[in-house]
Amino acid sequence: MTAKAIAAVFVAWLVLAGVAVSTAAANEAVSFGYLQREGDPAYAQHRTYTGLVLRDRTPPLDGAKTALRDSRVIGRSIGVKFDLRERVLGEDEGLMGAMKAFIEDGTRIFLLDLPLQDVTQAARSLTGHDVLLFNIRHGAGELRGEDCSPVLFHTTPSDAMLMDGLAQFLFKKNWTDVLVLEGEEKPDLTISAAFQASARKFRLNVVDVRPFVLSNDPRVRDQTNIAILTGDADYDVIFLADTLGEFGRYVPYQTFRPRPIVGSEGLISSAWHWTWERHGAPQLNQRFDRIAKRRMKDADYAAWAAVKSVVEAMVRTQSRDLATLRDFLTSDAFMLDTYKGAPGNFRPWNNQLRQSVLLHTHNAVVARAPLDEFLHQTSTLDTLGQDRPETECRFE
Amino acid sequence: MIGRLLLSLAGASVLCGSLTLSAQAKGTGLIFISNEKSNTITVLDDKDQVIRTFETCARPRGMHFSADRQEFFVGCADDSVVAIYDVATQKLLRRIRQVEEPETFDLHPNGRHLYISNEEDATATVFDVETGDFIAEFETGEEPEGVLVTSDGRLVFVASEAANLVHVIDTQAQEVIKDILVDTRPRRFALTPDQRELWVSAELAGIVDIIDVQTLEIIDDIVFLPTGFRKEQVTPVDLLITKDGARAYVALGRANHVAVVDVESREILDYILVGRRAWGLALTHDETKLYVANGLSDDISIIDTGSLKVITSIPVGMVPYGILIDDR
Repeated sequence: MTAKAIAAVFVAWLVLAGVAVSTAAANEAVSFGYLQREGDPAYAQHRTYTGLVLRDRTPPLDGAKTALRDSRVIGRSIGVKFDLRERVLGEDEGLMGAMKAFIEDGTRIFLLDLPLQDVTQAARSLTGHDVLLFNIRHGAGELRGEDCSPVLFHTTPSDAMLMDGLAQFLFKKNWTDVLVLEGEEKPDLTISAAFQASARKFRLNVVDVRPFVLSNDPRVRDQTNIAILTGDADYDVIFLADTLGEFGRYVPYQTFRPRPIVGSEGLISSAWHWTWERHGAPQLNQRFDRIAKRRMKDADYAAWAAVKSVVEAMVRTQSRDLATLRDFLTSDAFMLDTYKGAPGNFRPWNNQLRQSVLLHTHNAVVARAPLDEFLHQTSTLDTLGQDRPETECRFE
Repeated sequence: MIGRLLLSLAGASVLCGSLTLSAQAKGTGLIFISNEKSNTITVLDDKDQVIRTFETCARPRGMHFSADRQEFFVGCADDSVVAIYDVATQKLLRRIRQVEEPETFDLHPNGRHLYISNEEDATATVFDVETGDFIAEFETGEEPEGVLVTSDGRLVFVASEAANLVHVIDTQAQEVIKDILVDTRPRRFALTPDQRELWVSAELAGIVDIIDVQTLEIIDDIVFLPTGFRKEQVTPVDLLITKDGARAYVALGRANHVAVVDVESREILDYILVGRRAWGLALTHDETKLYVANGLSDDISIIDTGSLKVITSIPVGMVPYGILIDDR
């Protein structure tokens, strides 16, 4: 995007929409509301045994804080001071009351670190209102499909994007015959279904889908014993859908055939990884580590991207008007430095941030998808996730 | 000693009719390449042969000669050090310590003040290269990168990659007098010899913005797109303008090409295929050869600027970043 292009798009809006654009007054404040809920199951102490914690569940607040720190001098250049207002809702507290209080207080941009039903409710209730909401942790297809809203933006990749990236990699490696192992939990089934959809999209052959059970019961040995579970089939690779991780961590090296594991173990598809070392990522990882004293994860990245997107849109449009900003975010003129190579903007058909995904092991990024070999008529990033013709999102 | 020996060898090769070596070349003829992932400096002689590789501090990137060209500086981000070496012997002379994650720098015409971008600290700092004393600090956007001092020493430009800003420091007033909004991820600078135009590479936008140094406003831009590449694969970083102000060379990063631009018309004359992720550039003093550091193929490409063809490529250390040529 050139400076001229930005100016042209910007002028076009002024003419078309008749939007009144306020120029920055000195030291104007712009606040981001950050909402959490007490007792959120996502942050519950994870299944542990003998004190082991398999998944580190930390709210991504530090991602937003990193982005705010990144934006200090940008704010200086446009006379805006950005800040973050946090609020933890009670376990049974009404969401809309809390949001209304924020809105009346002048905070209209929200980062929703909330359970899925809260995000769905906020999007539904606030459609048509002058707000800007960011989903920073849910990959759920329905939020980008039938439950979508013109005021809800997604900076975390959809499950479909993550699984499409993985499927591209398997196709490129010619590991086209896949055995799927899936757990009983609802998120396991969701991610398994997303992978199977990606497998169809990229012409992989799912040779079988086998449920596993976390148990030592000899009567269900065919679902608990990994060698039996992975025997009696021919395949190149195993896709594992295990969001709890207790079963999955024993799958590598226990399979009947010597085959790689992808999905929940082995090669994992994520928005971000702490070992990513290209496209400026070490700098972002180090800035995050300074603030959070831990490694940056997917949701941290999504929270960071949400704040950065708003700041970038305000700088380029010189506007605080949310309708103007929403239009700009989904225009070709918007460019977010994603630190993953190709710059990102939001898909106009469902407000999903276009971005690469990282395929990584526990300590290395093996590939970045979209892989070079996968092309698209408009943006190669649209080879990941729901493309315009497939979307079930209707904004009107 | 080795340097002198090489110099005499170089003289011999000129007599033998070497294609590219300038008869006016002075200095040691040595070429230094910082390798940011292997923490080494590769040394080439004036026949482009690797004669030595030595360990330096951690994550070496930006390099610069001292005013008298007897010393060179290496910025090491992971050690927060600027190491100062003797050009002829490559002996470590001294270190400037507590320089927060230095990335690149430029030397003020006074020969003393090194303006440094401190990548992790969102500052530009100034150190005295003789005493190692800290002189000044300026707040910048996140990830400051390119630094350039005008030839009259009046202004210093610092690019902030993450803030998409070019900060303008007035060296007299010792303050940032302007933040210029440019395209996405500004990296490096080049000034036209008349000091009127500042060229800034915008890595993610795939373009070079041109700033009028008088007004400090963007007046034009150049979009790069070699045949067969998608826009997002074109990521310009380093750029150079020749001494006569006629031609610019722009390393296009992920597009694995160097663009050749006619400065006056701002037209792209050619794209030259080099190694993977071309960043660092350096011209010989006579401008007959252009050296290109290819960060992801761990080599450098050497271009004959007459024919605009790559003469050879030479393996160096891991992730080569900067190039210095001591030939004047």
